[in-house]
Amino acid sequence: MQVENKKEFQPKIVAFCCNWCSYAGADLAGSSRLAYPADVKIIRVPCSCRVNPMFILRAFQRGADGVIMCGCHPGDCHYTTGNYYARRRMTLLFSMLDYLGVEHGRTRVEWVSAAEGVKFSTVMNEFVEKIYSLGENVRLEDLRCKES
Amino acid sequence: MEVNQVQRIGVFVCHCGTNIAATVDIKRVLEAAAKEPGVVHAEDYQYMCSEAGQQKVREAIKEKQLTGVVVCSCSPRMHENTFRGAAQKAGLNPYMVEIANIREHVSWIHKNIEEGTEKAIILTRAAIAKVMLNAPLQAGQSKVVKRALVIGGGIAGIQTALDIADAGYEVDIVEKTPSIGGRMSQLDKTFPTLDCSACILTPKMVDAAAHEKITIYTYSEVEKVSGFVGDFQVDIRKKARSVDMSKCTGCGVCQEKCPSKKIPNEFNRELDNRAAIYTPFAQAIPNVPVIDRENCIKFKTGKCGVCSKVCLAGAVDYEQQDEIVSQNYGAIVVATGFDTIKLDKYEEYSYQSCPDVITSLELERIMNAAGPTKGHLERLSDGKAPKSMVFIQCVGSRCADERGKSYCSKICCMYTAKHAMLIRDKYPDVDVTVFYIDVRTPGKNFDEFYRRAVEEYGVHYIKGQVGKVAEHNGRLLVQGADLIDNRRILMETDMVVLATAIEPNPDVRKIATMLTASIDTNNFLTESHAKLRPVESPTAGIFLSGVCQGPKDIPETVAQAGAAAIKVVGLLAKDYLVTNPCVAKSDELYCNGCSACEKVCPYGAISYEDREVNDHGIREVRRVASVNSALCQGCGACTVACPSGAMDLQGFSNRQILAEVDAICR
Amino acid sequence: MHKTEKDKAILLREMSGANVDKCMKCGKCSASCPSYDEMDIRPHQFVSYVQNEDVEALLESKSLWKCLSCFACVERCPRDVKPAMIIEAVRQMVVRQRGGNYLLPDEVPELLDEELPQQLLASAFRKYSK
Repeated sequence: MQVENKKEFQPKIVAFCCNWCSYAGADLAGSSRLAYPADVKIIRVPCSCRVNPMFILRAFQRGADGVIMCGCHPGDCHYTTGNYYARRRMTLLFSMLDYLGVEHGRTRVEWVSAAEGVKFSTVMNEFVEKIYSLGENVRLEDLRCKES
Repeated sequence: MEVNQVQRIGVFVCHCGTNIAATVDIKRVLEAAAKEPGVVHAEDYQYMCSEAGQQKVREAIKEKQLTGVVVCSCSPRMHENTFRGAAQKAGLNPYMVEIANIREHVSWIHKNIEEGTEKAIILTRAAIAKVMLNAPLQAGQSKVVKRALVIGGGIAGIQTALDIADAGYEVDIVEKTPSIGGRMSQLDKTFPTLDCSACILTPKMVDAAAHEKITIYTYSEVEKVSGFVGDFQVDIRKKARSVDMSKCTGCGVCQEKCPSKKIPNEFNRELDNRAAIYTPFAQAIPNVPVIDRENCIKFKTGKCGVCSKVCLAGAVDYEQQDEIVSQNYGAIVVATGFDTIKLDKYEEYSYQSCPDVITSLELERIMNAAGPTKGHLERLSDGKAPKSMVFIQCVGSRCADERGKSYCSKICCMYTAKHAMLIRDKYPDVDVTVFYIDVRTPGKNFDEFYRRAVEEYGVHYIKGQVGKVAEHNGRLLVQGADLIDNRRILMETDMVVLATAIEPNPDVRKIATMLTASIDTNNFLTESHAKLRPVESPTAGIFLSGVCQGPKDIPETVAQAGAAAIKVVGLLAKDYLVTNPCVAKSDELYCNGCSACEKVCPYGAISYEDREVNDHGIREVRRVASVNSALCQGCGACTVACPSGAMDLQGFSNRQILAEVDAICR
Repeated sequence: MHKTEKDKAILLREMSGANVDKCMKCGKCSASCPSYDEMDIRPHQFVSYVQNEDVEALLESKSLWKCLSCFACVERCPRDVKPAMIIEAVRQMVVRQRGGNYLLPDEVPELLDEELPQQLLASAFRKYSK
């Protein structure tokens, strides 16, 4: 029974990528044909600092099993300081999620530049593997949001 | 606000030849898209970005009265603008278009058709969910003031100003010292051609002064900057010169007669003295002296007034006050240049204690005919001609500690080869030794130049940094090690020249703060992109010229100055700037006036104002945030900082992103 | 227990706390060294020997016992590599290999110049008690 469950488990993973570095890095991963699991779905934001912690909570509420946020490397932000704000906000959010009992591995922040297609693909592979090992996220999922 | 009319969405799926179609079942994507609420049209095509493909989009918009368009194709970084253009041609607001990236993010990375198709459907669904909430946006316009400001009057500033002025635009140069010319005016000869620095610089200075489009403010500083690209308001403080520029004839009698003549001469690196009323050098532009009020007897004691008495033109004016000039500019160029670092932390080289240990810039002045020794090479301690000289490279450059700078100063290898060559040429009896770590001579004819110093002029190059320089029997003892011969070197010499590291002008931090231009840990101004936008600051409308951006020699500086000028001209040639409509917008009814957004904004685009708001029939004046859409770059930092949810980013609104999240997690 | 040259080089990096990879091979350490002429392996070479994992040669070098621990090299190194620390670490390695200390802490005289660097003191005792 359990084995079957594992087989069926298809994680929902949301990736927020900043337009200038990480989204371009994801494009590069694509044009370099560097595969990563199809469970990852990317949402484009102008900058990592546009990611409101609320978006991440909403994703979990709606049944996401993992959320990853990618931005420019510290110091390389297109908007100079955006990723610093993002880094702080995520540190706080993650410690809160930790407090709520959401496993630490379900969230991740990674800096991926526009030239790092390989890194993007490696990070996504690692992250998906981690989510597989953690299994389904039940802690924050709101069953009312679940379609039958 | 605006009542949502019933949305009519069109979905267009591109095959991209077989790029997408090979791993995504296009038909299934179309079927799934057609089932989504609001979708009234779905079609596919071989190459959506082609003219025929765009034609299909345009026709569908017209025929089906589409209110939103989703194109499932390659990355939005590739063709978003293409499809926005197509929408605009068909009369739809261009910002009602969203792209689902099913090539780079799907077909190119997933081999399994089942997986790929499913992911493509989800991404399409997310794009549809987002476009349902898109609002038509209008790109704004802001006017461009057709005048540029150049901060710094060295070769970088002069060249930039000349190039902008030649293109027909007004330029103002603000220079802190009493004359334009900068560091280059202090140099004697230039590498690798060995032509005289003044001979090539002074004509440019004269050109700049004579150019009808150029206004030069010397002895002036930028005091305040506000505004934004296209329309900066700048206050320039013209310090009181105490000499009427319109009356002075530049005869120089005042400088001769001034009784206060013991003031260290900055232009000669303080190796000799000047008067309290002075022009920095003979070819100064403008050739009008200034009174150094801190050292002038008249200003210190009230008694003297010699300069005023001897001035036949009656130009000396002790009552003159600082003057503030306010001017508007479309673009600002920073060309603040460099200085050499202080050597007080390098005790081992005895620079502070021995007058015969000098910096390279001091050697330039000593070699110069207008310098403190009238161009004779002599020891500053006893005036004797040296028989042996030692040059030490990388003093303060490439240092990992706090004594020096982490970077290579770039110009030292070449100017040391130049100095060595010039000395060997003019004084063949002087033995010249250069201690180096690496000789770095990339550049046209640069390595040949260095080899000439070794092969034709007999300059000794020894690999190994010097450990210590000390005074010894009236000469200097240099202790080093030859790393190639692996032997100790202890040599007596008469003069030691230190290739001192260069650093950005110390004032640049203050200027960068005023301009909100970013600056790195070494105080060099940051360029917008290290490779593709090297002369633009990330702050719109601010451009970089010369060493303020990084170490450079003269040809590189002139090239960059020209590049900065063409960028400025490109900006000034526009009457209006189109502003990105994806900017932050504050809802005044929700704003609680906390200033959180103002603090996180890297562009200073948010300000607070008291405004009358109508909150459900109650009229009251509230302190609310207001976004200057010309300054806002749309990063969204403020939207997250806002505790009341008043701030939102157009084009990437909270609702839009949440809709995408929901669609993906459905 | 048998250590390879590589292990020893890694151990030397740890013991000295010096980052030899920062070295730009300017030779200022050797240029500053008062014992330079007495040494068979020069201070700047110590750094590259560790980089190249050639530790055996260092252990046999007489330079170890010629270094005065004057710290001129540490003071003047533009890259903050600390050659004297490496030499001290090699000395320590030699001593450890011999096994057993030559001097007990109790034997250290109580009245000593407080200005003396501690490392100098330790090295001197090690040298003279051989």
